[in-house]
Amino acid sequence: MAANATPDRRSMEQVIANGLYLGAQYALVALGLTLIFALMNVLNFAHGQMYVLGGFITYWVYGRLGLPFVVALAASAVTLAAVGAAVEVLLFRTVIRRSVREESTMLLAAGIAYFLDAVILLLFGEKQRGVPKIVMGVFDWDNLIMPYDRILVGGLAVVFIVAFMLFMQYSRPGRAMRALAQDRVAAQLMGVQVDRYSMIGFALGALLAGVVGGLLAAITGVNSGIGGPISIKAFLMVMIGGAGVVGGAIAGGFVLGMLESVGLTVLHSYGDITYLVIFAGLMVFLSIRPQGLMGKPWG
Amino acid sequence: MYGRSGLLRMAALGAIAALVAGAFGGPAAAENPTLKIGFVGVTSGPAAAWGTSNVRSMQTRAAWLNEKGGVTIGDKTYKIEIVTFDDQKDPKRAIAGMEKMAQEGIHYVVGPNVDDGAAAVRPVAEKAGIIYFPYAFPKTLYTKPASNAILGMVASYQSGPAIYKYLRDHKGVKTIAFVAGNESDPLSQRDSGVAAAKALGMKVLADKDTYETDTRDFTPVLTPIVKLKPDLLVLSGVAPANAPLLIRSARELGYKGLISTETAQDAQVLKEGAGDLADGFISVGGASTPEIRSATMDEFIARYTKMFGEYNDESNTKVYALEYILDTLKANPAAIDNVEEFKKTIDTFSAPNPFVKGNSTLHYVGMTSFGQKRQVAVPMVVNEYRGGKFVTLFVGSVD
Repeated sequence: MAANATPDRRSMEQVIANGLYLGAQYALVALGLTLIFALMNVLNFAHGQMYVLGGFITYWVYGRLGLPFVVALAASAVTLAAVGAAVEVLLFRTVIRRSVREESTMLLAAGIAYFLDAVILLLFGEKQRGVPKIVMGVFDWDNLIMPYDRILVGGLAVVFIVAFMLFMQYSRPGRAMRALAQDRVAAQLMGVQVDRYSMIGFALGALLAGVVGGLLAAITGVNSGIGGPISIKAFLMVMIGGAGVVGGAIAGGFVLGMLESVGLTVLHSYGDITYLVIFAGLMVFLSIRPQGLMGKPWG
Repeated sequence: MYGRSGLLRMAALGAIAALVAGAFGGPAAAENPTLKIGFVGVTSGPAAAWGTSNVRSMQTRAAWLNEKGGVTIGDKTYKIEIVTFDDQKDPKRAIAGMEKMAQEGIHYVVGPNVDDGAAAVRPVAEKAGIIYFPYAFPKTLYTKPASNAILGMVASYQSGPAIYKYLRDHKGVKTIAFVAGNESDPLSQRDSGVAAAKALGMKVLADKDTYETDTRDFTPVLTPIVKLKPDLLVLSGVAPANAPLLIRSARELGYKGLISTETAQDAQVLKEGAGDLADGFISVGGASTPEIRSATMDEFIARYTKMFGEYNDESNTKVYALEYILDTLKANPAAIDNVEEFKKTIDTFSAPNPFVKGNSTLHYVGMTSFGQKRQVAVPMVVNEYRGGKFVTLFVGSVD
């Protein structure tokens, strides 16, 4: 079957599928980061570490304890939501109250990232960890190969993104958080409980990191050192899409996923220049449109 | 002078005193000097497994030796203390780590784990009189005028040709493709691998494909390579964290050929990350497999597992460096604080290898590759992963 496809056609369809799959998971990573930024104007440098923690919880619950993957994913979500809420209440809220300087929260976030890195390394060790495949088999069609577990995870990522958008659009907490993101003072004057919804927002952002960490533990595994690189990639997506804009994070995720997939195929014979080209393009893009694809120039 | 009860009381007190002295270190134990051995390498971040397996191997062996009363070098018995420094795979921090070792008066250091770190610490080590055992392959570290670095493992340019030749002769491999992380170690290992493959008359289908070392999904990276259908896919200098992901992606994309690397790997990591898809994966180890390892190595593995909860197969190679340091010092006690004496001993040093069955010896090699003996002789065990564990494919040696 696969032999009937011409190499170029097969490549192109494979490249698009790879890009869409990467885009879905990237978008989910970026969503939590952009939500926290929108609500609190905090650059959460610990987002990648929260992803890693979610991955390790899924690894333990599903891979070691043998409980169903869904239970593991729920455990990752609940734990990270609790961690996120605690971090907001105990740390960010205090710092924001006491300091109007934005770099204070940035330094706090960086400190939390280092702290979580160390804790995760101590708790879960230095080894790469993986879990049994959640779905066996590979979809092998004329022009495309895609393992079923990737299709499932990509699909779940899209479901989570849609659920998140619906929650933000139609639920009471979602509306409150959107009001906070638009104008914190006005929202407060309209009766929105700022502290409460800041905590919920931070918990939701951390929950998303935990969910995507748990989802991807089933595909790429997890290890204690990947938090920093994940955070950098998430920031990249947010910069492309526009900081603090949910639609922008999704767009940024899919753009980066597609750029990566196309670049690695088209440019592979030139060595590892894909990210060089992406970064160069991003510099040019931001110099023309510093607010990203969907951000507003005024913030 | 003393009644019966008084004598009994004195005897009881004496016994308690002896027990307390034994438990907390009596005068004899307190007099034992400490020999500090350093480690400078990466124990955090994505490559943490490399350095952590070093540190834990050293700590396990040191605890074991101390438990047996210490190590006798010349007329003194030393307690071994391992001083560690995490360089985070950053050459600047590696320099700071080596300076710390110098400040502590340490003359023997294991690490760094990567090329740029090992090159960066060279001036400090030479100035401070430190012999160091890197896990890095640049030949300039081991060829004259350099003399303070001793390669702690088999280099890729030594194991690669042996693996390719074996696969060419026994598995009919004719075409080969390389993929490497975009860092100095994997890239230099890829270049030496490409040269070795060409020298063996193999057709190199891909030699420019690279990936960022923090890549989590390798499907886009491997899609164009798998399309070339090489007989052998070489994962040059691949980190243990990335190996199962690359293998899994290649197999899921339909790659049917062989996959190999010249770096040491961990069977449990491969099992969890790639499962049966890793069957047939070829890598290099030290005292790796039950067929060749001794009872001492089995006990080392048991003690390591007891201390740290889980063994790391990379320690099959990493177990050697501390043993080489201590046994060379035993052979020439004057080297304890004088590395020039250590260097004089290298050429003639030989001691039984406790980790491998048979008459294998610890000795220094490297004449062919470096023109001087600046490499530990570790058995070049080429493994094949199968069913969750490594099996020996063949055993080679380096001269």
